[in-house]
Amino acid sequence: MATLDPADLHAVWLTLKLASVTTCLLLLIATPLAWWLAHSRKWYKGPVAAVVALPLVLPPTVLGFYLLLLMGPHGAVGELTTALGLGRLPFTFYGLVIGSVFFSMPFAVQPIQNAFEAIGRRPLEVAATLRAGAWDRFVSVALPLARPGFLTAIILAFAHTVGEFGVVLMLGGNIPGETRVLSVAIYSHVEAMEYGAAHFLAGGMVLFSFVVLLGLYLAGGKLSKVTR
Amino acid sequence: MSEKHVSEIRAHFTLQLESFALDATFSAPVVGVTALFGPSGSGKTTLLRCIAGLERAAGSLYMNGEVWQDDTIFMPTHRRPLGYVFQEASLFPHLSVRANLEYGFKRIPPSERRVPLEQVVEWLGLERLIERGDPAKLSGGERQRVAIGRALLTSPRLLLMDEPLAALDTNSKQDILPYLERLHRELNIPVLYVSHALDEVARLADHLVLLQQGRVIASGALGETLARLDLPTAHLDDAGAVIMAAVAQHDEAYHLTRLDFSGGSLWVGQVKQPPGSRVRARVLARDVSIATVMPHGSSITNILNARIAEIRDEGPDKVMVRLMLSESHVLLSRITRRSRDLLNLTVGMDVFAQIKSVALMS
Amino acid sequence: MKSFKLSPWSLMGALLATMAQAANAGEVNAAVAANFTEPVKQIVELFQKESGHTVKLSFGSSGKFTSQIKEGAPFDVLLAADEKNPKMLEQEGLAVEGSRFVYALGKLVLWSAQPGYVDDKGTVLGKGSYNKLAIADPKLAPYGFAAQETLQKLELWDKVQSKLVTGESITQAYQFAATGNAELAFIALSQITKDGKVTEGSWWIVPAHMYSPIKQSAVQLTAAKDKAAAQAFLAFLKGEKAVAIIRSFGYELP
Repeated sequence: MATLDPADLHAVWLTLKLASVTTCLLLLIATPLAWWLAHSRKWYKGPVAAVVALPLVLPPTVLGFYLLLLMGPHGAVGELTTALGLGRLPFTFYGLVIGSVFFSMPFAVQPIQNAFEAIGRRPLEVAATLRAGAWDRFVSVALPLARPGFLTAIILAFAHTVGEFGVVLMLGGNIPGETRVLSVAIYSHVEAMEYGAAHFLAGGMVLFSFVVLLGLYLAGGKLSKVTR
Repeated sequence: MSEKHVSEIRAHFTLQLESFALDATFSAPVVGVTALFGPSGSGKTTLLRCIAGLERAAGSLYMNGEVWQDDTIFMPTHRRPLGYVFQEASLFPHLSVRANLEYGFKRIPPSERRVPLEQVVEWLGLERLIERGDPAKLSGGERQRVAIGRALLTSPRLLLMDEPLAALDTNSKQDILPYLERLHRELNIPVLYVSHALDEVARLADHLVLLQQGRVIASGALGETLARLDLPTAHLDDAGAVIMAAVAQHDEAYHLTRLDFSGGSLWVGQVKQPPGSRVRARVLARDVSIATVMPHGSSITNILNARIAEIRDEGPDKVMVRLMLSESHVLLSRITRRSRDLLNLTVGMDVFAQIKSVALMS
Repeated sequence: MKSFKLSPWSLMGALLATMAQAANAGEVNAAVAANFTEPVKQIVELFQKESGHTVKLSFGSSGKFTSQIKEGAPFDVLLAADEKNPKMLEQEGLAVEGSRFVYALGKLVLWSAQPGYVDDKGTVLGKGSYNKLAIADPKLAPYGFAAQETLQKLELWDKVQSKLVTGESITQAYQFAATGNAELAFIALSQITKDGKVTEGSWWIVPAHMYSPIKQSAVQLTAAKDKAAAQAFLAFLKGEKAVAIIRSFGYELP
């Protein structure tokens, strides 16, 4: 049995942190976006939906490379962050967060959008006739009814970020404690033919993911029973 | 067009949808039930949605002198003090029955709560339902009663009902109708009631707005409007007249009740209401026959004096006859063209109307 | 009217005939270390013209190729970026004994995309005026290991730890620097050399004594030991014309 060295432990912790921060940010961004996609009749709804879905088809390294260019000193985002005094984002934790948010966007937006679409207009119209304003309707009717969609979005976004590799590899620079997440650590071990450590981490990742997903699915089953 | 009328609901809407165009203007009194009646696809529901602000149509809406919508103002739905009962109860599945009832109630300031929860619960017979958690476990009729209660609890100044009975089976309908009649008697807010069922309208409405292909073709008091032979309502299979009468006398021996109105009296099966109560009787045109002399030896109880006011052909074999019982009371009679010719019936003739059956509506 | 139709059968026949011809002429599947991409393309072009054989090229990391070959990947020759992997294959009997030779000596260079940033002695490394220094993972890439050796020799290894960003290969280290995200990178001279000249940015060619030689070694794999075309290709690689090309990309030869 291979021993877990402190750097690997750090990678595990960093991965959990990255997935949690990414998931929280995604919920904040994906919820209004999904709402708009579910209800808009604008002509540019199609193009926006397509852009959101792009990470599904783009190789992660391509996305990572473009982000590297964009956030670099000559990229638009890089110039902006430098001007704002935030410094540059590549090779930092927050650079990874941004990359992960883009990369996992469709996994958060689509389940929420589907849930909003499934609710339809009727319950919201009913709420409007019962004196609920737009925000009130959203909070008291749309959100609770879309709960299964949110649960799916959280599971997928979290799991997808944990398993993310290509974008992190391109943006991260493999800095221990900052950007060296689990998937990169496993890759390094495999490439260096340190199969023992690789198996240990990979096995742990499989087990952890399974437990998290199982837990969420069970909780989801119970929740949906309560609300039905 | 932007003239405001006090003590009146005045609406004008134009809306171009993919399938049809709405161009409707009508006014309705701020008391009683006004039925928006017409065949399916005539724009009744769309009109109701425009009134609620759920559909953004061009036009204007004045409620008792208050502007809800005109060229510059569009009051959003949640600011309009109205209640809306949809065809399907549309209870919130994530809330308990009680939370559904309280949803709107909680959202109006306490000072505006004119209808207490207990009152609504009693009116609609919700005592046993309110303690049930999951609205999905209620029957269709029970769900619709909760939905009506939920709307009433916002203390609306206007109640909109979109075919609240259409999605229910016959039993549920019979279950819920008495509650609606009770609301009609006890509520002093105007109700706009969308329906395509003539019997519901005859039973519940005081005022009628007739729609056809997105336009209002007639409107007026229920009795008068139903009796107009120039309108399609008079030529429906279940066309007939509605007579408002008072309970005059109970005959305990024969289990009958006499109803009096200015055009005469009607004997009906015994009712529970005490003498003096106002009731509504519906007489179908196919149940009224005409005799030129007073019939003798007939089993028919109700024979009234009448004068022929109008005769209109109805297909190759039938004619529709409008009979005046008094200044304000009318009967419709559907007879064969042959009978008309044999009896030589003409406008202005005094005749006897024989009524085979009377349906008491309330 | 009678129309002439190309039947699927005749098409397939033509295809098979072409394939058979190709087989007669010989086909080589070559796995090539990524840093040797450009030179090998030029060499193959020449080789194909002269011999009539065809060479199919796959590019990647030597370590990954070695793992794949162990699992039965259908390569005929391996042009690795190091000596270790081909040696290992030889020891395990997966490569033809005695076929291994050093086809190029890699040259490490410190490079910046900005002209004038790197002086010709590499003193910029010690100044610390830069934010990020990109290297390839020393565990995975021979050039990464050479970079580590160099920094250790300069007694800067501990000092630059906080500025180090690691790419999985020198290709990635080059990308980090080319996009300006890292000011400096240790890469292969061949990556920035074209026709014997370095064209962009500024650089310092690290003196050979500062790191152990990067012996890029080629080997013929056992599965292809009777393949004449594979032998011909390796022979061509040792030849004068190939060597000229290799040198033009900034590699040395032993």
